Amino acid sequence: MGLIAKPDPATAVSYNPQAQEGWITTRLDFLVNWGRANSLWPMPFGTACCAIEFMASAASHFDLARFGMERMSFSPRQSDVLICAGRVPFKLAPVIRRIYQQMPQPKWVISMGACASSGGMFDSYAVVQGIDTIIPVDVYVPGCPPRPEGLIYGIMMLQKKIMEERMSNTAIRDEIMPDPTSQLYIPPSRIDELSEPFGNSVHQTRSMP
Amino acid sequence: MAATKTIEVALSTTGMGPDGRPQRIPLGAEGLTSAPPGLEPEMQGEHMLINIGPQHPATHGVLRLVLELDGETVVRCIPHVGYLHCGFEKIGEYRQYNQIIPWTDREDYLNSMGNNVAYVLGAERLFGIEITERCKVLRVIAMELSRIISHLVWLGTTCIDIGAYTPFLWSFQERENVYKLLEGWTGARLTTSGTRVGGMIADVPDGWVEGLKGFLANFPKTLDQVDRMLTRNAIWVGRTVGLGVMTPQEALDYGLSGPMLRASGVAYDVRKDFPYLDYETYDFDVPVGTNGDVYDRFLVRQEELRQSVRILEQAVKRLPDGPVNVDDPRVILPPKHKATSEMESMIHHFKLVMEGPRPPVGEVYVPIESPKGEKGYYFVSDGTSKPVRWRIRPPSYVNLSAIPKMVEGHLLSDVIAINASIDIVMGEIDR
Amino acid sequence: MSKPAKQDPAAPAFAIVQPGQPGQQPATPYGIAHRGGAHNPSVEALRAQFGAAILRHEVTWGDTTVYVERAKVGEICAWLKADPSQSYEYLVDVTAVEYRDHVRPIEVVWHLRSLKHRRFLRLKTELPKDGRTPLEVPSVWGVWKGADWLERECYDMFGITFAGHPDLRRILLWEQYKEGFPLRKDFPMRGRFSRAQQLTNALAADPEARYSMEEISIAEAYGDLPADVRQRLTGGEKVGE
Repeated sequence: MGLIAKPDPATAVSYNPQAQEGWITTRLDFLVNWGRANSLWPMPFGTACCAIEFMASAASHFDLARFGMERMSFSPRQSDVLICAGRVPFKLAPVIRRIYQQMPQPKWVISMGACASSGGMFDSYAVVQGIDTIIPVDVYVPGCPPRPEGLIYGIMMLQKKIMEERMSNTAIRDEIMPDPTSQLYIPPSRIDELSEPFGNSVHQTRSMP
Repeated sequence: MAATKTIEVALSTTGMGPDGRPQRIPLGAEGLTSAPPGLEPEMQGEHMLINIGPQHPATHGVLRLVLELDGETVVRCIPHVGYLHCGFEKIGEYRQYNQIIPWTDREDYLNSMGNNVAYVLGAERLFGIEITERCKVLRVIAMELSRIISHLVWLGTTCIDIGAYTPFLWSFQERENVYKLLEGWTGARLTTSGTRVGGMIADVPDGWVEGLKGFLANFPKTLDQVDRMLTRNAIWVGRTVGLGVMTPQEALDYGLSGPMLRASGVAYDVRKDFPYLDYETYDFDVPVGTNGDVYDRFLVRQEELRQSVRILEQAVKRLPDGPVNVDDPRVILPPKHKATSEMESMIHHFKLVMEGPRPPVGEVYVPIESPKGEKGYYFVSDGTSKPVRWRIRPPSYVNLSAIPKMVEGHLLSDVIAINASIDIVMGEIDR
Repeated sequence: MSKPAKQDPAAPAFAIVQPGQPGQQPATPYGIAHRGGAHNPSVEALRAQFGAAILRHEVTWGDTTVYVERAKVGEICAWLKADPSQSYEYLVDVTAVEYRDHVRPIEVVWHLRSLKHRRFLRLKTELPKDGRTPLEVPSVWGVWKGADWLERECYDMFGITFAGHPDLRRILLWEQYKEGFPLRKDFPMRGRFSRAQQLTNALAADPEARYSMEEISIAEAYGDLPADVRQRLTGGEKVGE
């Protein structure tokens, strides 16, 4: 119990609308978030089978247009949410990183499917074991491939997350790079050591090679 | 019939050529590295290098095309693949024969059931097993349904690439109907894993065949709708005729297969020439084109959809009763009630789950006709439960290697149309 | 618009045996023996033409496999395509097999199909892993253009070079891939580097810098090239087809 620090009043964000923020800022927050959440323009980074289920979600039976998402922007500069649908091999990793960097704030990422979330069934030499090792992810949608209802549930979770953002919390829109001076910084060589049981396949012991 | 009206339409092209097709104005066809005659000298500049992809809506996956353009005419095209390479074949060497089946779904993900069937046909020949009659007909049904949904995706995405959005919605609506059937049978819409060595995942549930008949009754109406919209549409024809022509000799030389090869005039269909699953007993035609351009590929695939409906109707009529799985305890898991009560069945179950079925030493290659072309899995076995080599012969990979040949001399927008007509699926190309 | 002809026999450049015509009607094969059985008649023709270069043949599950001498592969394939009694005008696949048993050689496999005669043939050649024999076979790109990417993939996955291929570079993995050749049996499934290292390598690559020598020979892009690539170009590195 003693581990939970008390929130610092200078920087804390209050989720109680009556507490520290005024009525105008809360209404503005609501308006901005409502606008953002209900007109998310997806950037479909579809690579494999999940892309087909994404297309099925966008088609008439499941209809993503209900959520304001029918305008698929294939240019990252005009999109809000990057939906990574499908497995991402290492050859594609710099591409998705570059595309994420090209998206203007505010931006979110949905990792659709098992392969994008964790590498899925491709624990091999060529596949990134989860795009969260490359870009920050907001919502993970499990499934192989997830049903369109599953993807829609993930999108609704993202919408809920967006509604809970507050303008006074400026840190959420910052792009954080590893800070070498921070106490939490781990140098890359140490990361290699730390990832021994799972990373280096020569010393792999948790399952057969 | 009401009196028909004749409307004169002024075409922007020079009209119909002698073969009854709209004529294309050639743009700088002679001497591709020089500008079209009559153009001012300052317009003849250096060539441009344009990069399409790997993330691009119209490349049908993560394909990267590097084009050298002279104005808007493509002088050279270099495709880059491998952006979806996941190491399927390597993974396959560490999995039992039944465990590989989910990977076969994911490589050509538009044709999952077809891939599953192709895989087990090869595996069963490697094991020396012959399947039951009911299983054969069910697999034909699975393959043709899978062909239908793959061609529907091709149709939808090609129409979007060329600019028509509505057929995409029609085709995906039809796919939802097939998805309901596949989900009822295998439990999954897209990545079905519907076969096992020696049989299928399960028999079709009650009422499934009626559902299939209902689908077959309604589906040709959608095909007619697409036909009405596109086949004689001046825009469609103008954008697809004369594009990406491959002569029959070139097509054979480049190893093309499937609708790409048949549109060029070569009547090779694995179902007819090297039949499997008793396809010689089904009455169906194989459409063969004449010009080898994008329009012919469109017509060939449209006709294949109708022929698939024809095969399905025959298969539904002849579906015999009987067991689906072969009665061989070396490959098929015993029924659960036996595995928990009989010692022998329990041991069989244990061996099959822990070690997996073991084929004799040998190698086999069984090709099938996938919607993309000749698909086959090449197995090499050393007697253990995991293959020594599991090779996927990818039709889209070989078809795509001909794209530099096909797009030379065409415009940038034609590149997209030609790429769409090859019907590639990157999961299969990159594996 | 005219509908496509259904099985129009006038269109192809060769005659396909149609059902009902003299010749055999193709049917689904049943009761295939594991070993033995009728072999492909091309075996005798090959023996007659090439003699000692044809080492042995086997029939496994109905498919005929012919083992040939490595140096003669190009000639054999050219003859198989050109000779009218063989007419293997369709190359199905080029691949390789490495066995788990260390002493067995790597086999390079060609799958050939004759549409005219409805035959299938598997050609194999063996590359011993003794350290003295280079992993090299002649390329059949000159015979079938379809071998282009198939051989590139075989090189990418196994490290087998195809002599005479115009542009032999990696295709599925990137050209600077350092971990090795994935489908070799001494290559672990998860790769040789740790995951963190693999990610670092992957992210360090500039996605726009991956152009082949052929692409960057285009004058306009010259200025954007990194220095070492420009050196390679001016040094006269051959551009591929």
